[in-house]
Amino acid sequence: MNTNYTAIIIEHIFKNYGATAALNDITLTAERGKISGFLGPDGSGKTTLFKILATLILPDKGKAFISGLNASSDYKKIRNIIGYMPEKFSLYQDLSVEENLFFFADIFGTSIKENYGIVKDIYSQIEPFKDRLAGRLSGGMKQKLALSCALIHKPEILLLDEPTTGVDPVSRKEFWEILKKLAGRGITILVSTPYMDEARLCDKTAFILNGKLLINDTPENILKKYKKKIYAVKTSNFHKTIGDLKKYRETLKVYPFGEHLRLILKNNYAPADLIKYLQSENNEEIEVLTVEPEIEDCFMELAE
Amino acid sequence: MISDKIITVKELTKKFGDFTAVDKISFDVKRGEIFGFLGANGAGKTTAIKMMCGLLEPTSGVAEIAGFDAYNERQNIKSNIGYMSQKFSLYQDLTISENIKFYAGIYGLSRNAASEKCGEIIRKFKLENVKNKLLKTLPPGWKQKLAFSIAGIHNPKIIFLDEPTGGVDPVARREFWELIYESADKGTTIFVTTHYMDEAEYCGRVSIMVNGKIAAIDRPKLLKEKLNSKTMYDAFLKLAR
Repeated sequence: MNTNYTAIIIEHIFKNYGATAALNDITLTAERGKISGFLGPDGSGKTTLFKILATLILPDKGKAFISGLNASSDYKKIRNIIGYMPEKFSLYQDLSVEENLFFFADIFGTSIKENYGIVKDIYSQIEPFKDRLAGRLSGGMKQKLALSCALIHKPEILLLDEPTTGVDPVSRKEFWEILKKLAGRGITILVSTPYMDEARLCDKTAFILNGKLLINDTPENILKKYKKKIYAVKTSNFHKTIGDLKKYRETLKVYPFGEHLRLILKNNYAPADLIKYLQSENNEEIEVLTVEPEIEDCFMELAE
Repeated sequence: MISDKIITVKELTKKFGDFTAVDKISFDVKRGEIFGFLGANGAGKTTAIKMMCGLLEPTSGVAEIAGFDAYNERQNIKSNIGYMSQKFSLYQDLTISENIKFYAGIYGLSRNAASEKCGEIIRKFKLENVKNKLLKTLPPGWKQKLAFSIAGIHNPKIIFLDEPTGGVDPVARREFWELIYESADKGTTIFVTTHYMDEAEYCGRVSIMVNGKIAAIDRPKLLKEKLNSKTMYDAFLKLAR
């Protein structure tokens, strides 16, 4: 592992598909041994960026360096030091679990035995099914096999493109626990996700929307930069209250957020007036609290 | 109050060989209710939904969907429900109006009714300028909203939504939920699965499925109280892990 170089350096990358700008001037770095998150909805450009870093496509403009190697010209070397898990399940469906892992170990010139230590935590969970065809695994098991195959050659850097999309909260939690362990062993992890709550689990998080980088910072700093005061409003009828609050003269923004409504007001807060207003509109069981922002509030604010 | 129930499920079971995918689940859903159907991957949600949509015959138990029996009246069920998922929605290579008219035709709307509905949906979402563009040119959040409206094109009594908002940005996700509320207010029953636990809070009631069984069913607030959890996420982890 060449630790003298920054794990990932991305400099002014542009990529167009026809008239659509998939990536529009992206510049950022990712540090070694850290988990860097890429947060954004479908179509924001995350996959394009990961494909460039995986040396599968070239940017139109700009440069990317993977452990000091140029993503446009040193692709052969780069492919040996990265592990890439694409968004779509890309293993061989008609090979067994073990055959898939054997195949990936073999093409990288290693063996399951040699690097078993690195995949053990994950692979041991699916090893009881090692003779089952990969195409017949459940979603969660496919994800674990794909991660094992991306890891079997002991990569310096892992590129995980939406590994948890469509995965239930329990499996997602387990997956992130595995990522933490891998980062603890010095592996650099770049992971994209549409789930806002996963941003808190990264060392640094980049928000991407419409091909643009909105922010790239630690979750703590992103939260600190959010300056607006947020009120949480609870009533007995959400849907009615949201309509009423949209009509309230002081409202800047109102949106549902889990068990309450988030309300952001234009100027000074006048709680008495707000509650009076809600009462006059026949809302019941009214509760108003101030709450701290969460990553999703920050994303919505920056996305405007 | 019996007529108020639009979905009645009693001890509904589906076995595949020795494996019991859905194990004696029972619940009712009322007209205009938003019902969240949660569970881990592999818990049996998809199998249960397939039976409720008339796509899969149950092994045993009762399922009455919009007044029709899940064994003998599966065709009637299909024409009286709407269905939408993130994976299966619209045709990327048809235009926006072609998609609307295609589904209107599938659900047996007359040519006139189809045109009328098409105009209505396009006006509602202000898509006049792009109605003749291919669907794939539309941003993902808009596709979901359009797909939802199309799922309701034949005024079904129930709309089944299978992870409708996966990968959608936070603002579009909330706009999508406003459409759900609007539809429920008009009396349509919404049956929705999601992996976003904040969305579980937007449902009138939720059930959590674990290993083929319904482990809990209640209003989100009561469910959290019962499980001594601050959030739905914690409640889900407690039951499903």
